[in-house]
Amino acid sequence: MLPSVITQFTPWASLIGGVMIGLSALLVYYLFGRVAGISGITTGGLLAPASDWLWRVAFILGLVCAPVLMQVLNNDWPGVNTLAESSVSNNYVGMALAGLAVGFGTVLGSGCTSGHGVCGLGRKSARSLIAVFTFMLTAGLTVAVLRHVI
Amino acid sequence: MQTTPSTNSGLPVALMAWLAGVIFGVGLLVSGMANPAKVLNFLDVLGSWDPSLAFVMGGAVLTTMVGYPLISRRSSPRLAPRFQMPVRSDIDRPLVSGAALFGLGWGIGGFCPGPAWTSLSGLAPGALVFLVAMLTGMWLAIRRSRKRLQAQTA
Repeated sequence: MLPSVITQFTPWASLIGGVMIGLSALLVYYLFGRVAGISGITTGGLLAPASDWLWRVAFILGLVCAPVLMQVLNNDWPGVNTLAESSVSNNYVGMALAGLAVGFGTVLGSGCTSGHGVCGLGRKSARSLIAVFTFMLTAGLTVAVLRHVI
Repeated sequence: MQTTPSTNSGLPVALMAWLAGVIFGVGLLVSGMANPAKVLNFLDVLGSWDPSLAFVMGGAVLTTMVGYPLISRRSSPRLAPRFQMPVRSDIDRPLVSGAALFGLGWGIGGFCPGPAWTSLSGLAPGALVFLVAMLTGMWLAIRRSRKRLQAQTA
């Protein structure tokens, strides 16, 4: 899919970003009493609207606005590629298959990196631990096959 | 008809949720999680491995692990009638096969659902294709589970 691009090891930026993601998840729990899983927020806000769809739609709008706000406030964030356009694959068939698998898989498996990872592991959920182990394994195997076998 | 606080406080609900979404999105961007090249290098243990994203998950999970029990001391959330967290604890086939399928797609494209949204404004064609396909995949899975539910109750 993507040619291997060397990326820099960024432990501090990644740790700080991770804590921000965790704080946002806590804010969602404090305000709405819900898991901050992006796949669930997307389905419950847009595709199968729940009675409390409003916060979900607003949250998604926040995600969409985040890179725009960062660009407006300061377009020179060290090491941060706000719009990430340069590193997105232009293999459209591959991206379509990837999107279908991610969409179908996260609904079937009740969560993604945020719902099972950030929130589920934080809640010490056995289901989430199994899910995270499974998707890390298949994601790693997929990259290994695409980059080193094919 | 059930009334919830959100029916008479739509503006604070929307504003606070939007703010939470912005914080989450900035976190994704600052951490590198929204950069497919970084994601794929994190997954590529045998090749150009970049362990950064372990720090994203570590920082996020430590934060929620400390914070959830503190917030749980409240009797109810601030802007909703009650806490509604997932309660299931059974490991079933859809959980494992769904997670496996998600991992496959994540490994191909380097995008998971959050970064699919934060990449929208960049208008990179590959990211837009991914987002539309992801929403289609979600819609297909919802339709499938509804049909199964109908078949069970019929």
